[in-house]
Amino acid sequence: MSAALPGTAAEREWVRHTPEQRILRFGFYFVCVAAVVWSLKTIEIIPEFLYDAPAQLKDFFVRMWPMDAAYYPKSVHGALIETLNIATLGTLICLAFALPVGILSARNLVPFWPINLAAKFVLVASRSVNTLVWALLFIGIFGPGALAGTMAIAFRSVGFVGKLFGEALEESHRGPVEALTATGASKASIFLKGYWPQVKPAFWSIALFRWDINVRESAVLGLVGAGGIGMAMDTAMNLFRWDQVAVVLSAVFVVVIAAEVAVTLIRRRLI
Amino acid sequence: MTDRTIEIKGLVKEYKKGVPVLKGIDLSIEGEGITAIIGPSGTGKSTLIRCINRLVEPTAGEIRFQGLDLATLKGADLRNARRKIGMVFQEYNLVERLTVMENVLTGRLGYMNAFQAWLRRFSAADIAEAFQLLDAVGLGAFAHQRADSLSGGQRQRVGIARALMQHPDILLADEPTSSLDPKTSVEIMELMAELAGKRNIPVIVNIHNVELAKRFCHRMIGMTGGKVVFDGPPASLSETHLKEIYGGEDWLH
Repeated sequence: MSAALPGTAAEREWVRHTPEQRILRFGFYFVCVAAVVWSLKTIEIIPEFLYDAPAQLKDFFVRMWPMDAAYYPKSVHGALIETLNIATLGTLICLAFALPVGILSARNLVPFWPINLAAKFVLVASRSVNTLVWALLFIGIFGPGALAGTMAIAFRSVGFVGKLFGEALEESHRGPVEALTATGASKASIFLKGYWPQVKPAFWSIALFRWDINVRESAVLGLVGAGGIGMAMDTAMNLFRWDQVAVVLSAVFVVVIAAEVAVTLIRRRLI
Repeated sequence: MTDRTIEIKGLVKEYKKGVPVLKGIDLSIEGEGITAIIGPSGTGKSTLIRCINRLVEPTAGEIRFQGLDLATLKGADLRNARRKIGMVFQEYNLVERLTVMENVLTGRLGYMNAFQAWLRRFSAADIAEAFQLLDAVGLGAFAHQRADSLSGGQRQRVGIARALMQHPDILLADEPTSSLDPKTSVEIMELMAELAGKRNIPVIVNIHNVELAKRFCHRMIGMTGGKVVFDGPPASLSETHLKEIYGGEDWLH
């Protein structure tokens, strides 16, 4: 019987956290709460503005309705097509850069760390700059318009696609690659027949996902003058034509949903 | 010494400096037939086989094959030598998302440049031979299926066809039956013996199953602790030898 071992159960105590862990956890929570309090102080919320927010919101919707449907064929449709073109062309240009840079960043494919590091630097640099900032830069180079927007989309996406593609390459199975090495195949052949079939679904899935993001991103590019539907929205807002703003917002909403559905359907067939 | 002879002299492999896994292996493997390498896990059998086609870099020693020292070859010379050394793997190592046919044809990649590989420009002769090999391994009807739809035994058959597609002068097999059930294991060994025998290709096989090795091999090499401790025909492999190779004796009875 277990009672024959008196005291053993009582002497062995089980606690989830050691005292050091408990102090650490308390400290962590304390810092979190302090950070929230401090942030609330710095953003200087003016209570009066908060009180009439519901009224403002209602006013907004009243001014938006009824929508100015005539504005769609006049200014929105063309801009919408331009937005889609910016997103698509930008994504294609990005793929052309992301493919080589992604390969160079994969440690198993290029076992030479300075090159990996350089490639990763390019990818991080691309991601660390927001699309709108890229757009402002390219407007400086190419002037305002869709070209600047396209390049902005492309440059921002290289980092995203290249990073995920490089990681997919690093996660590919070693076995088939070993087998092809043993046949005497060249490095390029090993990539084409050993790595590429393994990462192909991931690559196209990443590209589609990025296109989906780019459709949304290119919709705001016009706010800084880089072409697309954002320009129509900017004009309407400056003229306080909220019934026209509503048309633009609805159009963007429909296109984003359509893009989402298209991507989901294509991806399902891909994998 | 024919082109199908491998002579290993003083082969040493250290994964960590000062800790050799292979401690100076001297071996000569010639002629046709299957040579089995047996020994406990971690004793360097796989390392030995992989040093031959340089999937593993040897630390010291020589591997003579067709007038070359495989241990020191580089670049295109190494790739050209690898074409003549077929290999079959424990986990089959097929490219899962390609068809069975294309997996067999990858055996020809050493003879093609990357551009031809990309456009799948396999010669008509290669394609005809691939079909023949698939028939020979009993998978003629599976040519257009994806490799990941096959069972383990079927995948290993494709692996054998791929290796033979290289027109190898020697065939290496790294535990080709360790992931298979007993019946399939025998079938795979039979297939290797038959196909390699027809082409007079010597086979070096790492194997855990001593009985299976005895049944198919004309020569057995027992390794333990990174050294060869037995080398002879299966008939002369006694229990004393097995005790020396694997250690202990309780498992024998």
